[in-house]
Amino acid sequence: MTSITGHSEADAGPSGDMAATGRVGDRIFSALATGSGVFVVTLIGLVAAFLLAQAVPSLMDNKASFLTSREWQVSAGDLRFGIADLLWVTVISSVIAMAIAVPVAIGVALFLTQYAPRRLARPFASLIDLLAAVPSIVYGIWGYFVLRDFVQPVQSFVESALGWFPLFAPLTVSGTIFLASIVLAIMILPIITAISREVFDQTPAAHKEAALALGATRWEMVRTAVLPFGKPGVISASMLGLGRALGETIAVTLLLSVTRGTFSWSAFAGGETFASRIANGSAEFDTPLKTGAYIAAGLVLFLLTFAVNAVARIVIERRKAFSE
Amino acid sequence: MAQRIDVKDLNVYYGSFKAVEDVSMSIEPRTVTAFIGPSGCGKSTFLRTLNRMHEVIAGGRVEGTVALNGRDLYSKDIDPVAVRRTVGMVFQRPNPFPTMSIFDNVAAGLRLNGVKTKAVLAEAVERSLKGANLWNEVKDRLDKPGAGLSGGQQQRLCIARAIAVEPQVLLMDEPCSALDPISTLAIEDLIDEIKQQYTIVIVTHNMQQAARVSDRTAFFNLAATGKPGRLIEMGDTAKIFSNPTEKATEDYISGRFG
Amino acid sequence: MSTVTSSTEPSAVPSVGGGLSGLSRGRSVTNSIMTVVVYAAFLLALVPLAWILWTVLSRGYGLLMDQNWWLTSQRGITPRRVGGGAYHAILGTLVQAAVCALIAVPIAVFTAIYLVEYGRGKLARAVSFMVDILTGIPSIVAALFIYAVWVTTFGFQRVGFAVSLALVMLMIPVVVRSTEEMLKLVPNELREASYALGVPKWKTIARIVIPTALSGIITGVLLGLARVMGETAPLLILGPYSASINTSLVDGPMAALPTMIKDNFGQALQPATDRLWASALTLILLVLLLNGAGRVVARFSAVR
Repeated sequence: MTSITGHSEADAGPSGDMAATGRVGDRIFSALATGSGVFVVTLIGLVAAFLLAQAVPSLMDNKASFLTSREWQVSAGDLRFGIADLLWVTVISSVIAMAIAVPVAIGVALFLTQYAPRRLARPFASLIDLLAAVPSIVYGIWGYFVLRDFVQPVQSFVESALGWFPLFAPLTVSGTIFLASIVLAIMILPIITAISREVFDQTPAAHKEAALALGATRWEMVRTAVLPFGKPGVISASMLGLGRALGETIAVTLLLSVTRGTFSWSAFAGGETFASRIANGSAEFDTPLKTGAYIAAGLVLFLLTFAVNAVARIVIERRKAFSE
Repeated sequence: MAQRIDVKDLNVYYGSFKAVEDVSMSIEPRTVTAFIGPSGCGKSTFLRTLNRMHEVIAGGRVEGTVALNGRDLYSKDIDPVAVRRTVGMVFQRPNPFPTMSIFDNVAAGLRLNGVKTKAVLAEAVERSLKGANLWNEVKDRLDKPGAGLSGGQQQRLCIARAIAVEPQVLLMDEPCSALDPISTLAIEDLIDEIKQQYTIVIVTHNMQQAARVSDRTAFFNLAATGKPGRLIEMGDTAKIFSNPTEKATEDYISGRFG
Repeated sequence: MSTVTSSTEPSAVPSVGGGLSGLSRGRSVTNSIMTVVVYAAFLLALVPLAWILWTVLSRGYGLLMDQNWWLTSQRGITPRRVGGGAYHAILGTLVQAAVCALIAVPIAVFTAIYLVEYGRGKLARAVSFMVDILTGIPSIVAALFIYAVWVTTFGFQRVGFAVSLALVMLMIPVVVRSTEEMLKLVPNELREASYALGVPKWKTIARIVIPTALSGIITGVLLGLARVMGETAPLLILGPYSASINTSLVDGPMAALPTMIKDNFGQALQPATDRLWASALTLILLVLLLNGAGRVVARFSAVR
């Protein structure tokens, strides 16, 4: 590769179609490769199709409004279910998690790429990556048995100070959205950090030097050269983190107190997300109609994460187009 | 505004590697000084010590003194950031900030220094772009990205960005090596104009360029690869190119001219 | 001087490059504050890591010292009784992950080969896009999909193999991405040298490209395995827990470490709580072992 420009030559890269001949081996091999590619594309289509097909009968039988109802009555005969509160709890828990994780992740990524001694940057980065290796059920039990007792006083403090605001209204629930959000924040931190780190690292030295040569301090250099360059990457990383938080199942299931029949806008309420409702109901998947109600919730979750991930992807693609 | 630079007994190191050895020289205000010499002779490294940019690379350090109007840039109470604000720099490859508009690029240094008033910024941007002979070409599209300009325009934008903060010295590290001949000519004309106000130091590989733009020339060389670079000879450009004192200088210059 | 004179005089361009006196107070204070903030962010991120690892290690290591933990199941052990082991769950986790890898790795490697060696145009972009979507698909959605196919459509039981199928969906994108990265790193000269010898394209890929990228592919597989072993959601939907040893993927409930943790979670009794932490520690050790192995292999491949 003549990488005069220093870019990887992925695009102009190893197509080498002149080498593909009509011989049997080549045909089989290329069919296997293309087939696998097609399979992956089809798989996503199948997921949507199967979930939709099995959700529709239940949705037709649903006597409540699927989008606006807070009921979840799926026993045989009388189907009344809606996702209004699931949507709220899913979104608010993920948004709070993002609000905590994104600033910290940006700080960690800046530390690893711009501040830490070069020699230590790599081992430090592996430490943060370890957070991603911890299974989510371990986060769940740790949050439940250990962190909860530490979060409680924080909650009480916020409740007494800001309780007039609906989001911080005091309630007597032990497994709160707030607690789940903190654990979610820790879980998505390594994802956001890893991608942000990568883009910050790619900031051209020329831009950093340009800032320094103007008499910028280190922080000003970060602000003028590193952050603007990395911004699309950070946005995209945050979206991936958001997607992960929206769909996280077991940690949230273990942490959130199920409080059916009551609803509050407070972050100190319990509740269920799409994923935890499905997980909590998994033992009672007996009739197709009942299961279909849960599958309908799963379909909405699928669409939600699909949209978030697609946006992340588009943002990062756009950045590539700009930087090359 | 222009000020003189006095370098005394300067050694430059990267880690344990000695890149430049024992350089002493004086650079007069309102002149253009060219550094010439073969690749690896340390001229760019030395240039970067004049605004402490070599410290950006891990392990970079110096021994000796570099004085700007009598004040040592390396004394303990001097902040490298302040040095770089006073001694501006233009790089080999044009490096406008890609996410910023033309206007924001030129204004970047002033904004860093806390200038927020729109009118002040607008005036400084216009003055700097005019100073860099770029105003007429970009005045209608100041809000467009700086990266959209041609290579030569980008380099003049970088010069405008550097002079917007009114430095006292302007360092140029092979500013034309990535440009075509016409853009090169534009930059050379520009250097000739702005030397009225600034002390300019330019590193170049192009002998004719050194002869064309500079008042004084310094020739750097190294004994062998792996050995530190040294200042061989410095003098008026006319003398260096016509009648150098050192044999090495003559060999280098005549070799280049064939 | 740069001490940005607080004079309200806006007309004069501030004499920014006036001299060498230090930075304005505000700027250097901001710089110091941000340095502290950035360091603090990193230290803050380390707190939960250390805390979690310490919690699980200190509460779980006791049972792991007993060899019965590694050799026996929980058959016949009630929550209030001590004893028994995690053999059944370790076995289930390993078997399910191994079967998952057997299915996922060929598909993923061929998909990566398609993307790097064959794919052009619309289909390649679609494949690449869908791999990203697959990366972000929540594991509970993957599990629901397999449920919709395996149980509702075909009428099969909830068994280990169904879990493996759901895990396949989660493992494919991990392996595709790491394989793709490695294949791209293989220099084009190698391919051309091979073509110049008259070697057909498929043989060039199979004999030259893949072996050169092998260590990277193995790293991807190990990291993928580490990810799927810790997944709980597919087990909730598709893999009911069993306290006994079950070696069959297609018959009867099969235990796995995450469901063993979940099973002990609901019990407030000390013997169950001990088993909860011990099985969590076992799972973490397994995952970290695979992760570490992946990194070691990657380290070797970096030399190339």
